[in-house]
Amino acid sequence: MQTKEFTIKWGMAIDLDKCTGCGACMVACQAENNLAPIADASNKIKVMNWITVYELSNGKPYPEHDVAYLPRPCQQCGHPPCVSVCPVIATDKNEEGGIVSQVTPRCIGCRYCMAACPYHARYFNWRDPVWPGGLEKALTPDVSVRPRGVVEKCTFCHHRWMAAKDKAIVEGRDPMDLAEGEYVTSCTEACPNGAITFGDLNNEEHEVAKLASSKHAHRLLERLGAHTQVYYVSRREWVLRQLDNYLEDEKVKG
Amino acid sequence: MGKNYSLPADHELFPEGTSRCSLTKFSIWMGLVGAVALWGLYAAFRVLAEGLGVTALDDYFGFGLWITFDLAVIALGAGAFFTGLLRYILNIDPLKNIINLTVIIGFICYSGAMLILVLDVGQPIRAWFGYWHANVHSMLTEVIFCITCYLIVLIIEYVPLILEQKQLNKIPVLHHIAHNLHVWMPLFAGIGAFLSTFHQGSLGGMYGVLFGRPYVLRDGFFIWPWTFFLFVISAVGSGPVFTVLIATIMEKMTGKKLVSWEIKTLMGKIAGAMLLVYLVFKFADTYAWAIDVLPRSGLTFDQNFYQTIYGKWLLWSELFLCGVIPCVILLTPKLRNNPVLFYSAAFLDCAGITINRYVFTVQALAMPVLPFDTWETYAPNWAEWGASALVLAYGAIILSLSYRYLPVFPQERSLNATKSN
Repeated sequence: MQTKEFTIKWGMAIDLDKCTGCGACMVACQAENNLAPIADASNKIKVMNWITVYELSNGKPYPEHDVAYLPRPCQQCGHPPCVSVCPVIATDKNEEGGIVSQVTPRCIGCRYCMAACPYHARYFNWRDPVWPGGLEKALTPDVSVRPRGVVEKCTFCHHRWMAAKDKAIVEGRDPMDLAEGEYVTSCTEACPNGAITFGDLNNEEHEVAKLASSKHAHRLLERLGAHTQVYYVSRREWVLRQLDNYLEDEKVKG
Repeated sequence: MGKNYSLPADHELFPEGTSRCSLTKFSIWMGLVGAVALWGLYAAFRVLAEGLGVTALDDYFGFGLWITFDLAVIALGAGAFFTGLLRYILNIDPLKNIINLTVIIGFICYSGAMLILVLDVGQPIRAWFGYWHANVHSMLTEVIFCITCYLIVLIIEYVPLILEQKQLNKIPVLHHIAHNLHVWMPLFAGIGAFLSTFHQGSLGGMYGVLFGRPYVLRDGFFIWPWTFFLFVISAVGSGPVFTVLIATIMEKMTGKKLVSWEIKTLMGKIAGAMLLVYLVFKFADTYAWAIDVLPRSGLTFDQNFYQTIYGKWLLWSELFLCGVIPCVILLTPKLRNNPVLFYSAAFLDCAGITINRYVFTVQALAMPVLPFDTWETYAPNWAEWGASALVLAYGAIILSLSYRYLPVFPQERSLNATKSN
């Protein structure tokens, strides 16, 4: 399976044993990335949330019952299912730290990328975005507002990386060698428990690289071969089993 | 010479030597179809004005009724390119008696599919990006190019028939254009067959490459997943009998014989042979999918099915009821020559292909691939049904006008003369 590799590979490690499912990451993402509120939010699969928190259960009755919460941003696959299918190259995996981009002005809204993504990480603008009550004044100026009829997704707050690089250039430093913490995503920043760690997976000095190589780290649907850049860390076997489609008699790796 | 007032007011436009119903009766029929078209146009207007939020599609089901409908009509419209190939390239002469109808049906299916696609893409004004910013790795790009070119070929194939309209054909220049286009028709039939094969295949390939969707993922041959070939063969295994069914419906509505039984059964035999080839590959494919693709993805066979709308009955119906049974009927002379069995087989064949396109489009998306995800269900709403009905009404209008004013059926005069004798 062909995987695109770059000098910098931005990645995330999410500790599922620390996540309480509070949803702060979802709120931070919504505010940071100018996600328009939906008038009727009752249909949860027509609502904009670039990061979604899933509730996992071990399925056992009390007192053995246990739950875990799994925040799911775009997995920024190394071998993305969405990129090769897009007819107009509106989405691409490029040198931008291995972040899967989404070029809104080029997207024709065919939604083939959504069909290809097994993580449901892509969202479609079903209606015109509307910010009620003057909320448009609070939009993040660095993030473009997407129109109706295009697909959008988490970009690891790519604009923050641009800002961090600009700052490094102004200060006379190498923009491709940022220190840990200079660039983090809004969900990482908002997580009250520090469950989300963000950084360069190719830089061994970054905490995320250490966490990703831990024996407790697994990736979602690893066997499909998407080579995702988001790692999930847990010490609970039943949680790890739910990250991939393990057959009953299969042992969990690691 | 005095006018014959017992003839319809537009009788001068009818094909040579044929009769048609009164203009009033025809107008009532067109009014009914037009009402359905208006409903569809209203749905289309709402979709374009307010966005796809008015449909029942959501982030789970980016593809729904429209794509199923598109894939089904394009498969069923394959009678056009396949019959053209057999008629003009392989010189199976009797097919000249049905080739006009196949061209019209092909034109309706392809232009109707494109009409739906205009609604289905979120940014129809940017649709030309498909040509301008083409991603050569995307199967959809191949579909966009081939389907556009093939529609142009279908228009070129349809034009001579329009120019052969009795009054138009009296104009020398139009007569000569029609004649010369006929001379070039084998070339267009060849181009059409090439284009159609590739886009039918690419429609299948679109699904086969979705490695995140084990329900439709297929390994394949060179750069093509198996679904590329399965879609091509299934289309030619159903397109010819779809044409026959349309011809028969037109016969019932007009009360006239339009295509001889021999031609119909010939089309059935051709479809049956192709269906047999398809079924051999389809069974092999299903087996390979169940024992290889699914275990590799960590899934069991049972996990791919859910309750009634995504149940196993769809698979068994597609393979046996709508596959093996019509294939046996169409390939067995004794059974094929029984009209009830023949038409039932033709219907089942078309239904099977439609089920195939449905499960590839909807069930593939409904199935949870994430272990902690759940099955989602999808039911199209009025806006999607309305737009689909618009295409059906559009097809009925084109067919009605073509039948009334164009020489579509070469056998019509002789068949009905025999009947009156």
